[in-house]
Amino acid sequence: MEAPLMHLALVGTPNSGKTSLFNALTGSRQKVANYPGVTVERKEGSFVTPLGRQVSLVDLPGTYSLRGRSPDEEITRDIVLGRTPGEALPDLVLCVADSTNLRLTIRLLLELKSTGRPLMLVLNMFDIATRRGVTVDVPRLSETLGVPVVTSIAVRKGGTAELLRRTDEIIAAQAPQPARPNLWQPLNVAQLRATQREADRIIAATISLPARPDTWTARIDAVVLHPVAGLAILALILFVMFQAVFAWAAPLMELLATAFGALGELVSDTMPAGILQSFLQNGVISGVGSVVVFLPQIVIIFLFILLLEDFGYMARAAFLMDRIMGGAGLHGRAFIPLLSSFACAIPGIMATRVIDNRRDRLTTILIAPLMTCSARIPVYTLIISAFIPARQVWGFINLQGLVMFGLYVAGIASALGVSSLIKFFMWRDYAPAPFMLELPDYKMPRPRSIAIGVYTRAKMFLQRAGTTIFAMMVLIWFLASFPQPPEGATDPAINYSLAAMIGKALEPLLAPVGFNWQIAVALIPGMAAREVAVAALGTVYAIEGGKEAAEQIGAVLATKWSLATALSLLAWFVFAPQCASTLAVIRRETASWTWMWVTFGYMFALAYAASFATYTIAVALGAG
Amino acid sequence: MTEQNGARPQMPLGLARLGYSGVIQHLAAGDASSALSADELESRLIELGFVEGVRVEVLHEGIVGRDPIAVRVENVTIAVRRREAMAIIVA
Repeated sequence: MEAPLMHLALVGTPNSGKTSLFNALTGSRQKVANYPGVTVERKEGSFVTPLGRQVSLVDLPGTYSLRGRSPDEEITRDIVLGRTPGEALPDLVLCVADSTNLRLTIRLLLELKSTGRPLMLVLNMFDIATRRGVTVDVPRLSETLGVPVVTSIAVRKGGTAELLRRTDEIIAAQAPQPARPNLWQPLNVAQLRATQREADRIIAATISLPARPDTWTARIDAVVLHPVAGLAILALILFVMFQAVFAWAAPLMELLATAFGALGELVSDTMPAGILQSFLQNGVISGVGSVVVFLPQIVIIFLFILLLEDFGYMARAAFLMDRIMGGAGLHGRAFIPLLSSFACAIPGIMATRVIDNRRDRLTTILIAPLMTCSARIPVYTLIISAFIPARQVWGFINLQGLVMFGLYVAGIASALGVSSLIKFFMWRDYAPAPFMLELPDYKMPRPRSIAIGVYTRAKMFLQRAGTTIFAMMVLIWFLASFPQPPEGATDPAINYSLAAMIGKALEPLLAPVGFNWQIAVALIPGMAAREVAVAALGTVYAIEGGKEAAEQIGAVLATKWSLATALSLLAWFVFAPQCASTLAVIRRETASWTWMWVTFGYMFALAYAASFATYTIAVALGAG
Repeated sequence: MTEQNGARPQMPLGLARLGYSGVIQHLAAGDASSALSADELESRLIELGFVEGVRVEVLHEGIVGRDPIAVRVENVTIAVRRREAMAIIVA
């Protein structure tokens, strides 16, 4: 008979090397999902012990105690206590410690003991500790704590051998023993203090601490956390990151776009013309393709984020930016996600997971789509080159470039403004999360761990492109294609479609901001992805060539629209929630339809107000 | 691990300058104007290792208002805002 699946759980303080241990034990056999109803990431993997036992391992959110002061920490507490419906009570809890920094973990371990769960303390990064002169009397520590203790070097091949061997022993010895009762109670301040003192006593008796701290970390921090040099270095890192996202990703994105284009051509060449062909080519291939082309950018952004996180720099970036962002009601940790949103709001919103406070995270998610993402660039470029003269102002600044820069500034300024308003109106009575963060010692990033992280994110992105985004694309294709034009129709097919009917129905609503029905129609497929609006305008104005003939579209627009309409459309694109994928990600990351609709609603209102103001002022100045 | 340093006047860590080194005398979470309740702030400080008798050193400061500060607590470095550090009385 096959032995039942064993459930193991990893518990540890943040920065304990829990994730690298998880990666070392499970490799790529990982599943990332969300715990039902909360935004907390659930990471589960599996492995087989040397004696052939099947083990399922969950990586629980990092925590300093079982008090459960955030949704992440509540998950950790509830799973360890077996309070989560549908989650197995762990057969063995692995408490992971950074061997160079045992104080806080030993206190956590003492608290874990009261839960009655079988425990094992894993002294991770034992190689670094040894190099620094930390010596641990492992048998004595184990005896004092009353818990098995093993050392491990997660990042080295075979570094988890002892951990696996002891796991087998514990599994074998466990079955006949009756489970110990759960005596855990939330600790009050006095008990917490007493536990920390006991932990310090145990450490004094069994561990000799290094005479020398990590000199590398001190040397790097002397520069990286310097108030002036540190900010300059941060700016340099950001510059390289932007360069990478825009320049390095471009050839790959073109390659993907070409591949999807060729696939579409293949379908149109090999299949008879008709609804099925149109569905495959325009609905499925170009629709999913327009999202999948962002994969290189997403991979590069996450590569940077994971490298910086693994190295230990992220906590420093948050330290440097905390007060600077605090003025707008944002937490220091919101910095990187907002930055990522300049490439695309999707990885930006996914990166908000580094913010542990729920409300700080929500604020960041709500404003992330206001950052000027790369999908707005084709739209901006088209309209600016058609309507803004390419002349110099003040002798040296290109007016077109200045308008582009102005649009970026408008995005950032409105994001900060919205964040201040959210802080002021929605959460006025709410205590802002204090900034209390461990600055871990620097570590060389581990290629394997980074690769697993990037692979997991890319897989999640593609899965979403294959489900939610696919469904949206099919809907939009349907609206733009049905009903079919009557026999002998001369206008473009889209003019007879549901999309056109909706466009015409929307026209009275959009007239005050200077949009005609053609723009309204282009905005509908533009909901799928902003840059699709460019191709859609091309279709509506019956231009052959679509995206490839962008200059030609511009020439046509210049004759059909007033300057006021063009400026109004630019203002619209700064704010409008013109991206179904972003809305889908907000829905997924917040696990709530409400926040998705709140984002949609406020961005729509801002877009309408901004366009209305732009149009009215432009007309008054004679640009109508 | 316990050190006494009776000769020096007590002060909140939130007022300490760059390079200051001292020993935690007690926690006065009620005195800090933190948004957290006194109990919650005290619990979090203890969880990060700020316990009586531990030596702390201010290693770094931010650029705006010299805030936040990076504090060495035993062999860990913790970043806190000065507002919360007001609850840590050192000498």
